[in-house]
Amino acid sequence: MTDTLLKMRGVKLEGRSDETWNPIINGVDLTLAKGEVLGLIGESGAGKSTLGLAAMGFTRDGVRISEGSVEFDGIDLLKASAAVKRGLLGKRIAYVAQSAAASFNPAHRLMEQHVEGPTQHGVMSKAESEADGIELYRKLRLPDPESIGFRYPHQVSGGQLQRAMTAMAMSCRPDLIIFDEPTTALDVTTQIEVLASIRDIVEQFNTAAIYITHDLAVVAQMADRIKVLLKGDEVETADTRTMLSAPTQEYTKSLWAVRSFERPLKAPVIASAVPSVSVQNVDAAYGKVPVLHDVSFDMHEGRTVAVVGESGSGKSTTARCITGLLPPTSGQIAFNGEVMPADYRKRSKDQLRQVQMIYQMADTALNPRMSIGEIIARPVQFYMGLTGKQKRARVDKLLDQIELEPSEYYNRLPSELSGGQKQRIGIARALAAEPKFIICDEVTSALDQLVAEGILRLLARLQDTLGLSYMFITHDLATVRAIADEVVVMKDGRVVEAGPKAEMFKPPHHPYTDLLLSSVPEMDPDWLTNLLQERGVDNIGDAAVGKM
Amino acid sequence: MSTILTILVALVVMGGIAWVLRFAGQQVTNGAPFFRDMSFGVSFGYVLGVVVLAWLAWGFMQSRSSDPAIANKFFFLGVAIKGFVIFSIAAWLFRLLGRTVGTDWTRKMFRQMPLTASFGILAIIVYAIFAIFAGAIAPYGQDEIIQGVAANIIPGGDPAMGGDPAFPLGTDQIGRDILSRLIYGAQNTVGIAFITTMLAFFLGGSLGFLAAVVGGWTDQILSRGVDVLMAIPSLIFALLLMTIASVWSSRLGIPLTVFMVLIIALIDSTRVFRLARAVGQNIVVMDYIEAAKLRGEGMGYLVFKEILPNATAPLLAEFGLRFCFVFLTIASLSFLGVGIQPPLADWGTMVRDLAAFINFAQFAPLAATAPLLAASAIALLTVAVNFVVDWMLHKTSGLKE
Amino acid sequence: MGNVLSIVFQRLALGLLTLLVVSIVIFVAVNMLPGDFAELILGQGATPESVAKIRTDLGLDQSLVSRYFGWLGGMLTGDLGTSFAQLNFQTNLGGGGGVTVGEQIAPRFANTMFLASVTAMIAVPIAVTLGILAALYRNTVFDRAANILTLSSISSPEFFMAYVLILFLAVLNPILPSLSNIYEGMDFSDRLQKTLLPALTLTLVVTAHMMRMTRAAIINLLASPYIEMARLKGMSPMRVIVKHALPNALAPIINVIALNLAYLVTGVVVVEVVFVYPGIGQLFVDSVKIRDIPVVQACCLIFAAAYILLNLTADILSILSNPRLRHPK
Repeated sequence: MTDTLLKMRGVKLEGRSDETWNPIINGVDLTLAKGEVLGLIGESGAGKSTLGLAAMGFTRDGVRISEGSVEFDGIDLLKASAAVKRGLLGKRIAYVAQSAAASFNPAHRLMEQHVEGPTQHGVMSKAESEADGIELYRKLRLPDPESIGFRYPHQVSGGQLQRAMTAMAMSCRPDLIIFDEPTTALDVTTQIEVLASIRDIVEQFNTAAIYITHDLAVVAQMADRIKVLLKGDEVETADTRTMLSAPTQEYTKSLWAVRSFERPLKAPVIASAVPSVSVQNVDAAYGKVPVLHDVSFDMHEGRTVAVVGESGSGKSTTARCITGLLPPTSGQIAFNGEVMPADYRKRSKDQLRQVQMIYQMADTALNPRMSIGEIIARPVQFYMGLTGKQKRARVDKLLDQIELEPSEYYNRLPSELSGGQKQRIGIARALAAEPKFIICDEVTSALDQLVAEGILRLLARLQDTLGLSYMFITHDLATVRAIADEVVVMKDGRVVEAGPKAEMFKPPHHPYTDLLLSSVPEMDPDWLTNLLQERGVDNIGDAAVGKM
Repeated sequence: MSTILTILVALVVMGGIAWVLRFAGQQVTNGAPFFRDMSFGVSFGYVLGVVVLAWLAWGFMQSRSSDPAIANKFFFLGVAIKGFVIFSIAAWLFRLLGRTVGTDWTRKMFRQMPLTASFGILAIIVYAIFAIFAGAIAPYGQDEIIQGVAANIIPGGDPAMGGDPAFPLGTDQIGRDILSRLIYGAQNTVGIAFITTMLAFFLGGSLGFLAAVVGGWTDQILSRGVDVLMAIPSLIFALLLMTIASVWSSRLGIPLTVFMVLIIALIDSTRVFRLARAVGQNIVVMDYIEAAKLRGEGMGYLVFKEILPNATAPLLAEFGLRFCFVFLTIASLSFLGVGIQPPLADWGTMVRDLAAFINFAQFAPLAATAPLLAASAIALLTVAVNFVVDWMLHKTSGLKE
Repeated sequence: MGNVLSIVFQRLALGLLTLLVVSIVIFVAVNMLPGDFAELILGQGATPESVAKIRTDLGLDQSLVSRYFGWLGGMLTGDLGTSFAQLNFQTNLGGGGGVTVGEQIAPRFANTMFLASVTAMIAVPIAVTLGILAALYRNTVFDRAANILTLSSISSPEFFMAYVLILFLAVLNPILPSLSNIYEGMDFSDRLQKTLLPALTLTLVVTAHMMRMTRAAIINLLASPYIEMARLKGMSPMRVIVKHALPNALAPIINVIALNLAYLVTGVVVVEVVFVYPGIGQLFVDSVKIRDIPVVQACCLIFAAAYILLNLTADILSILSNPRLRHPK
């Protein structure tokens, strides 16, 4: 493995905004040997996708490579003519995009798009390439490999499309594939299959790869070596196992440390206690389509209930029923034993005050034309009737509680704040109503890990001091481990399993809970291998992959 | 036929030159990326650009020819080129002024502004001044038939050519000062268009937001109604309603212009409704609106505090576009003879009344300028507004990325 | 395919319904006229007998609803009624059997269609080509110049463009006639030559619109991830355009063309007046001036029908070209 395939030296990338060029990547070196898989990780905005494309000698509109060199197998991609580059792209360097649904041309069948590369680059004839395509689909464990290629992209599911795109990247047997967050848009249970098939096929053809992701656990499964980026600079590069066990840089250590936050277990709930919020036999529907079936669970004072499930499982719909935005078709919601009107318009001001919400996207949750002070002051004035100095004092106190300096932030607009700060403002607005119960809808999923951890710690502290109860909607089991007291698992609009956290993370489980729990990638580089062996998929995979 | 043949031959020759130039460029620079990756279309474009510029320069020289036959023929081209250069310089100077004077915010705005937009802003300011102070600026009244002055004095103010220095733009067919009428036209045409647009915005905007916020049946009824009104082409609908209004106006003694304002405002409010509803719907799905609803806020707070402040940018751009549209519709109606009625001076009517002078262009180009001046006054304002709106839209769409 | 057909039928039904409602709107609008048509036709000094005669002729003694259905039925069978000008003439001078509205409109309608087709023939290919070029060479000098030119052309009133063209092509360089006196039995090339100047005026306006919309549609398309994917697969620029962009660009481009042809409907009115072109637009404006209600009503409905029909065509063609609908799951 001493043959160097790709060599990037001092690459600087700039992006154009407001008529000026601003740096995205400030001089990064990258070397990749033949057959090696390099994981490129970093938070959003670290410039990893841009760097991945630059490795192909490609820049998007409004981005330019201002300095440095990119050398692929001895060819300088930045000096090569357009024709030479076209000869390499697709044939020797391939790309797998984040959104397969958008990256397949909706007007052509999958197979037409698959054979385009090999036929245009003169690698294979159309018939050979089609036969090879079916073979690749089989190796990637796509259902119905003979006929799936003759479907249009919109007729195939997301996870399958992602594998079809990997097959397309493989069609010319390239030396290098760039995977740009290929599983980010997928649910965890689907992600596993895609990860396993990608890893198998890359290994089998001894293809070198750059695997771009923000998920440490995923990269630990896929990569031989990991490079960490932070705001356009390289932090460190090391062999995967070394990197995981002994990171040298502060930033890398802090990334790893996030995973260790966990609240102490609380004593079990007293059976006779009146739950602060109780969801009782709720059915709900959007128009004529039923989405919730007989959902029941309780939430108690000072405790956090995590509602877990994949997209479409009905977690957020349950929240909408509790707030009264979507009146249930049957069943009811009770606060402290008192049944609430189903429609929020029929609830009293005080009933509305008791339920507050914190949203996933802080960007859309704060009115961009209002200052931070106005945003937080509104519920203070609306519910408490405070005005003038009293109001200001209350807002200052709330800002203190969310660890933002009042004098500095009071007059700012949301656009002048970072993602984490915006989320804190969302928390302050909820606290301003002095509720007993707060719904947190995926509040950390749009945030980078370090920031997300800060938010979780803040929420935990507020719960302890104010005795709040939380309904914590999430699809991320790491977050559940960190903050939950009780867990409710949902699937297809039903509660699959519910109970205290300690029990939930111990077998025996409902089969779905088991699948969900086991599908969450762990930091252990052998996790995927072990899991596949456990599930027996690896054997099936081996049989399918077979010998060439 | 020979014209077409000439053009074809010229295109082929230009294509040849383009190919040779690119090839030469590649050879001389030894394959520098600029020439190496240049497509044939681009090099052809360069050649075409040079040819057009050369032709314009030649035309300009011709317009200064001593032979009046040739000079007359190229007179208008010369005027157009002069006008273009003068306007560009004015816009550039205005932008320079904007970059040095004013608050930090305006200076920053002017620094990022393209020349077209600064031209637009300058033109709008000038029009506004003329419209507001028409009475003080215009030398004569808008419908004043000046005693003892001949009709049809030729513009230019040169007695040798049939002009009169007292009437720099000449007089019209019944002896009214064209300059004064142009200035009053700014007040009447622009003013009326402005009022109409405001009305259309008030009507369409409030109903659009109402439909977006309330939704359900209110939205359905309003939207379907607007669909029907929009299924009739606006100018046609305006003409139909104007026919009816003309009968009413003579019966009730209310000037037809008032009806026109109401009719165009109604027709245009359908377009405003569509936009306001779409913008409103985009905002209504935001979580901060949900938060406000769940807080128990009333309709007034939702619309005025949460929605409107976030809708100003698209609405302002739409205001510019709608103003242009209303302005052009009014000008067209007046041109057709059913719009703004005498004695009000108005540009559309002026074009219609003076149109016959165009036919003198070959022998007395100055005479033909009169109708074109009124038409250009209309065109210049709409172009200016469009330039500004285009820039605003470009800026807001750029910020989203 | 069943899915697509049902959507198409839905749209067709919706289009017909819209047309029906529009006809009601036009009818009601016209009946908002004060007083009586009969007085309107004959003026203040009419004798009671002639007023009574006209009232029966027009069926004004019947109810509003039955008059509407009478009118609608007439419209559908091609009987557009008798124009007021004609009625006035008949009543006062006792002449019988003049030209009906239908006979008045038919030849002019054909002329307008001819003008619109010539315009479309010139404008569509030029606009689509230029639009695609502007999108491919976006943000270059060519694109910026095109942007300024098209924006100026859109912003100018049609009559300004018309007079500028007359000035340069008819007066200063007498290549084309500035008056389009078209009559029946003219030979084709003569007719074409006389139609060319109004057609060019409309072309300038419509091309600008169409080109900008095509450019926007193509740029939108070129920004999609699958185009980037095609480029990253090493496909040549030509293949990216032809194989990957065009099949998806068809729907937006068809839409752009249909919308602009619909725009032509309004554009012809002013241009026909400037060039004294004997089309339906000029008839419409003349009738508006003399308040000849039956003609105004009929023209209005024809314009609205053309407009609705073109929008409907755009709608249906874009449904048909959508692969998601053509190949359901």
